[in-house]
Amino acid sequence: MTVDTAKPLLRAEGVSKFFGRQVGCREVSFDLHPGEVLGIVGESGSGKTTLLNCLSAQLEPTSGRVLYDTRVEGLQDVYRMSEASRRLLIRTDWGIVRQNPRDGLRMGVSAGANVGERLMAVGARHYGHIRAEATDWLARVEIDPERVDDPPATFSGGMQQRVQLARNLVTRPRLVFMDEPTGGLDVSVQARLLDLLRGLVTDLGLSAVVVTHDLAVTRLLAHRLVVMKGGAVVETGLTDQVLDDPQHPYSQLLVSSILQP
Amino acid sequence: MYVAVKGGEKAIENAHRLLAEDRRGDPSVPEVTLDQISEQLSLAVDRVMTEGALYDRGLAALAVKQARGDLIEAIFLLRAYRTTLPRLAVTEPVDTAAMHIHRRISATFKDLPGGQVLGPTFDYTHRLLDFDLADPGNAPPGAPSAEPRGDPVPHVTGVLGHGGLIEREAADDPDAAVPDLTREPLAFPADRPARLQNLARGDEGFLLALGYSTQRGFGSTHPFIGEIRMGEVAVEIVPEDLGFAVEVGDLLLTECETVNQSKGPRTEAPKFTRGYGLAFGYAERKAMAMALVDRALRCRDLGEEPKAPAQDEEFVLSHADNVEASGFVQHIKLPHYVDFQGELDLIRRLRAERDAEVAQ
Amino acid sequence: MSVVTGYNFAYLDEQTKRMIRRALLKAVAVPGYQVPFGSREMPLPYGWGTGGIQVTASVIGPDDVLKVIDQGADDTTNAVSIRRFFARVAGVATTERTPEATLIQTRHRIPETPLRAGQILVYQVPIPEPLRWVEPRETETRKMHALIEYGVMHVKLYEDITRHGRIATSYDYPVLVNDRYVMAPSPIPKFDNPKMHRMPALQLFGAGREKRLYAVPPYTKVESLDFEDHPFEVQRWDDVCALCGAADSYLDEVIVDDRGGRMYVCSDSDYCRERREAGHLGPGGPAGLEAAE
Repeated sequence: MTVDTAKPLLRAEGVSKFFGRQVGCREVSFDLHPGEVLGIVGESGSGKTTLLNCLSAQLEPTSGRVLYDTRVEGLQDVYRMSEASRRLLIRTDWGIVRQNPRDGLRMGVSAGANVGERLMAVGARHYGHIRAEATDWLARVEIDPERVDDPPATFSGGMQQRVQLARNLVTRPRLVFMDEPTGGLDVSVQARLLDLLRGLVTDLGLSAVVVTHDLAVTRLLAHRLVVMKGGAVVETGLTDQVLDDPQHPYSQLLVSSILQP
Repeated sequence: MYVAVKGGEKAIENAHRLLAEDRRGDPSVPEVTLDQISEQLSLAVDRVMTEGALYDRGLAALAVKQARGDLIEAIFLLRAYRTTLPRLAVTEPVDTAAMHIHRRISATFKDLPGGQVLGPTFDYTHRLLDFDLADPGNAPPGAPSAEPRGDPVPHVTGVLGHGGLIEREAADDPDAAVPDLTREPLAFPADRPARLQNLARGDEGFLLALGYSTQRGFGSTHPFIGEIRMGEVAVEIVPEDLGFAVEVGDLLLTECETVNQSKGPRTEAPKFTRGYGLAFGYAERKAMAMALVDRALRCRDLGEEPKAPAQDEEFVLSHADNVEASGFVQHIKLPHYVDFQGELDLIRRLRAERDAEVAQ
Repeated sequence: MSVVTGYNFAYLDEQTKRMIRRALLKAVAVPGYQVPFGSREMPLPYGWGTGGIQVTASVIGPDDVLKVIDQGADDTTNAVSIRRFFARVAGVATTERTPEATLIQTRHRIPETPLRAGQILVYQVPIPEPLRWVEPRETETRKMHALIEYGVMHVKLYEDITRHGRIATSYDYPVLVNDRYVMAPSPIPKFDNPKMHRMPALQLFGAGREKRLYAVPPYTKVESLDFEDHPFEVQRWDDVCALCGAADSYLDEVIVDDRGGRMYVCSDSDYCRERREAGHLGPGGPAGLEAAE
């Protein structure tokens, strides 16, 4: 597959969101290219989750545009396209991984049904095939195929997060949005998940936008970083560049406070 | 041996006769009259008129009698009657500022034009059973005879409005027809006229609980009672052949307006917002609960994120009607033999399959 | 029974009937689509068939012959009550015989005797929205229908198979109408679902409390949702009707003592009677028959 790296997969143009008098995020612009992983960092309340919601068509910005390179029609404003197209996009070409697996999974139905849901949504009607493909994807996220019929409620937090990944990846999306994917997990579990994520991103040629307050996560996953404070972007750049030589005083503070080797 | 469910018709007729007998009770006790109900159980009649959406004390009293005092059943009776009535005219909006006041209080200003008029309230009674009432014939001490104040009684919200301190309340399109939920199904999202209509007909207990929930943090609206007023207003219609308004009668109404704290959208100066409640007769609890819920439901319009049950339009409006709720909750006592047979068959089959598996 | 005066023919005023008939036309034109309508407050409680009654009242004429069944039987109390209502407000002829009826209002069953072209079957519907169990919000379910987002319906079926080895829905089993809309067939047993497929009679559905009408025009495709490797199947009994010996009808279980003794009889009382009149006799023998009369 050849990719036109000059053409962005996702483009934010002056994205702002206000809640009443409160600023969610203000005037955020960037391009995300195919195969690229963008990290959005900042402390809680910096507006990074609001921005992620705006980018992933969950929350319409007060002003600005979010454009996505659709397979058929090229670059489209996700809030101007028909709702049918937007919802189809979200459940096929995109993945959305929530911080809390409870928000991204159906906890009461089996892992197999969770992973198979997107397949059924696009017309799969053979139980045996759906279950086999779900089992295969669970294996790829290192979950014992024996557990395919168990509900995620019986899984550990790290396993739930991996089921959520499989559920999103089963339709082979091109872009995945992740909100604190390792939040709430033990350090050793975090490391394993990050390792898995990195492998999947490379193997599948995924693009991703990852929101995190954990700079170690971005070091491992992200090619580029956006640093946010008070709803605005204070610094952007290649991950290593920002982490090793932060320019903005806030980035310096962030890096010095967290990344002590 | 097998007993088929035969003779349903006879059974139904007998049930009706038993009901009539129980309704009458002990025949040695004098039968209650509609006047007695209307005069002495007037708040029950008011509630039935409000939620039955028909202002007719006589019919509401009849419904209360026929329903043996079951007010939701009485509301149902009045609604079923109302639905057959022809629509002769649409009234002009009533002018509650011109209300002939029986009661008017404000919790936001100590004194204000028109004054505070306590009126016939339970508010400061001590809830001690009054055994004098047990015996008929004890005449009340006699009401104070005060002439109603003749001066105009402007709305508190109007006073605040002069300073721009409270949001202006205006219809998006003053000429637009008011929706009629008894003719057109409610569609979501609903606009405020449809919401208010639904709440006005809504169950008092349901609205009370929802209003209460907003006060306990499930969707706080920080309400102050701008004012409550109760009294008569004139009803006017504009006959087509006349072209001007003529008065056709009076309604006793209770109106509640809340003044709510709100920071409002960033683009505008901060100002108070409003909640509104209106009920037929003297129905203060209903009007207040309605105003709280109305304000809670306006969250989206006012840029607040809906989180609590009282702010959830579909949840509130779909479940407020007690005639709908009562019917649907109670319909499960109708026969479900067929569905139950299906479930029975399924459970037996699943158990048999499981037993077979275990046996292997 | 005396016809009551003071009300319009069939209770509803003509304007209301026209409004309902317009909504029904739309429903027939878009099979399986739920048409919102200005449901009236009826003198019977919500949940007792107010939707079906309004539909019947809107399409019934003085020459119609009405049959009303509940649980398949003409003599269950609610069927009696609704039949009395129409006898009083419309003065129409009523029947218990399926072939004689021009209009059949039903709750929870489709008659065993196949319906013919020209007949109308009116279903009483409690919850018209087949997606309600996955999504309580009307705004959302309407979108799901509009965008044909029905994948989640199969999640439930998938889960049934995973957990129980089979699809564990026995009534109100969702169907796909005319390859377009997923529709609730009302709480009929899934045994009756195949009867809906290409039925020569017109099928009308009324949900009064939820204020929705929908329809399946004659000879329309109605498929029950399933998987290729777990096809839809209906209930079967090892027993036959104790009264008429029918092996092809939906059977009601009747408890005959307090030691677990039970027998099975046709839920469709007219079908059972018709068979007995034709000389069929079930294992209950003449004694069972006598007890039933």
